[in-house]
Amino acid sequence: MDSIRKKELQVFAAKARMGVIEGVYNAKAGHPGGSLSICDILAYLYNCEMNIDPKNPKCETRDRFVLSKGHAAPALYAVLALKGFFPYEDLKTLRKSNSYLQGHPNMNKVPGVDMSTGSLGQGISAAVGMALGAKFDNSDYRVYTVLGDGELEEGEVWEAAMFAGNKGLDNLVALVDFNNLQIDGTIDEVNSAYPIADKFKAFNWHVIEIDGHDFEEIENALNEAKNTKGVPTCIVMKTVKGKGVSYMENACGWHGKAPNEEQYNQAVSELNAKLEELEA
Amino acid sequence: MAEVIKCATRDAYGRTLVELGDRGANIIVLDADLAEATKTGMFKKAYPDRFVDVGIAESNLMGIAAGLAATGHTVFASSFAMFAAGRAFEQIRNSIGYPHLNVKIGATHAGISVGEDGASHQCCEDIALMRTIPGMVILNPADDIEARACVLAAAEHDGPVYMRFGRLAVERVFDENYKFEIGKGNILSDGTDVTVIASGLMVGEAVTACKKLKEEGISARVVNMATIKPIDRDIIIDSAKKTGAIVTAEEHSIIGGLGSAVSEVVCETVPVPVVRVGVNDVFGKSGPAVELLHIFGLDADNIVKKAKQAIELKK
Repeated sequence: MDSIRKKELQVFAAKARMGVIEGVYNAKAGHPGGSLSICDILAYLYNCEMNIDPKNPKCETRDRFVLSKGHAAPALYAVLALKGFFPYEDLKTLRKSNSYLQGHPNMNKVPGVDMSTGSLGQGISAAVGMALGAKFDNSDYRVYTVLGDGELEEGEVWEAAMFAGNKGLDNLVALVDFNNLQIDGTIDEVNSAYPIADKFKAFNWHVIEIDGHDFEEIENALNEAKNTKGVPTCIVMKTVKGKGVSYMENACGWHGKAPNEEQYNQAVSELNAKLEELEA
Repeated sequence: MAEVIKCATRDAYGRTLVELGDRGANIIVLDADLAEATKTGMFKKAYPDRFVDVGIAESNLMGIAAGLAATGHTVFASSFAMFAAGRAFEQIRNSIGYPHLNVKIGATHAGISVGEDGASHQCCEDIALMRTIPGMVILNPADDIEARACVLAAAEHDGPVYMRFGRLAVERVFDENYKFEIGKGNILSDGTDVTVIASGLMVGEAVTACKKLKEEGISARVVNMATIKPIDRDIIIDSAKKTGAIVTAEEHSIIGGLGSAVSEVVCETVPVPVVRVGVNDVFGKSGPAVELLHIFGLDADNIVKKAKQAIELKK
């Protein structure tokens, strides 16, 4: 990956993080921690990987994205807005009663959202159905879904994983946001899903483990997924919950809480500093 | 005497899926390891390339159905009512109902008439559960003719549909000329003293009850209500006005099903007595299906008894 492209992606991801903070702060509610941890993967997917067209969001041959961890909607909305699916200013209406930007993604209200999600474990099943749909149609679009690591505690995830592995859905990529935190504590404290990679391997998936904030590793993993035939690919991304906002990083308490004004100002100034550093 | 034709609605379901395939309908049929019993196995045999068995995983069944529908396919997803509406309720609610996707749920083995398998499999709550999902259409056909019509209508309908089928072979109520329309009940015989509104296998019992009531000088209207949602308000209001008393009859809990749906309309429009025949807030048990139906009061004699009670309440 050349340095210019890498910098462009870093700038996009920083802007997406700004969008997350704007949305959650104005909503006075939402899930900043798990949104910030997936901004880099979304930046890569929507800029470099997926075949999408913001002017034709329902194009039948487009690649699909399912946010199985639907509570990270602020990140998805920020990325969609930055891509031009809808105005960036609308992010400030997140979770308001007159807004189309619902607390969790709604495919019928938000341009660019391919599946309504929010109840954990269900998104991956829908993504499997979409991948199966592509096979039925002999279409070559691909399906990407992002799961939380805590979400792996839902039994439906493994029903879906077992089916996708057995059917060899090689047009499906599941990306696990492995930040090791869930609401009630760390993953291993609450109900450990470890070892995550071995579990997916046992379900007949090709598994790649990467740093979820390293664009080169993201690119290499997604290319490897594309070249993997006959089985679906799971990319376990080691991430930092709250990434990019110092006081939110690796802090369990920022799973589902909005910053106050002072905290908002600090987050914005940190992200602006990052952007200035990148754009210098 | 004409030959009595008996057929389970689940058989009509399987046959009609094949008919849709024969007509070139671009449907995909899913099952969760019950294809022989739900009769989707007929479709599997005829169109193996358009059939997928997801295994014993009903939550994933509904999620996969949703994903297929989101990519433009019309999907029929089948299991027993207990596991479709029961186990996978939240998947139906959030992944199918909320996004209003084109998934047709073919739920078989509904009600007490499952028989010997007993209470764990006798789902009498499915209609109550499905009724609470906005935009869900609920169809509960009386016989094989109506079951076929329901499947064809569901395939044409834009949005989610829950179809309730039975395991037990039941006598045919309708003839080949029967016309079905989603959201419309129909009067099978008219009367003036009381209306029996029935669905599913209780329609045949209601027809028998009507004859018995007639022998006792009581004139009963019989309404077949195959669509539980959206409920046909007009036919309920008309029946309440013209007969002044209503009995509902269903092979489902008296809580949340047809009886509740009819009562809700009657209470808010033409308040007249409504007496419900159904499963009285108890679990089922093992036994031969027909015997169980009598034990649980799901028969013509109980409808007759409740019709007299309803008429008494008018006074």
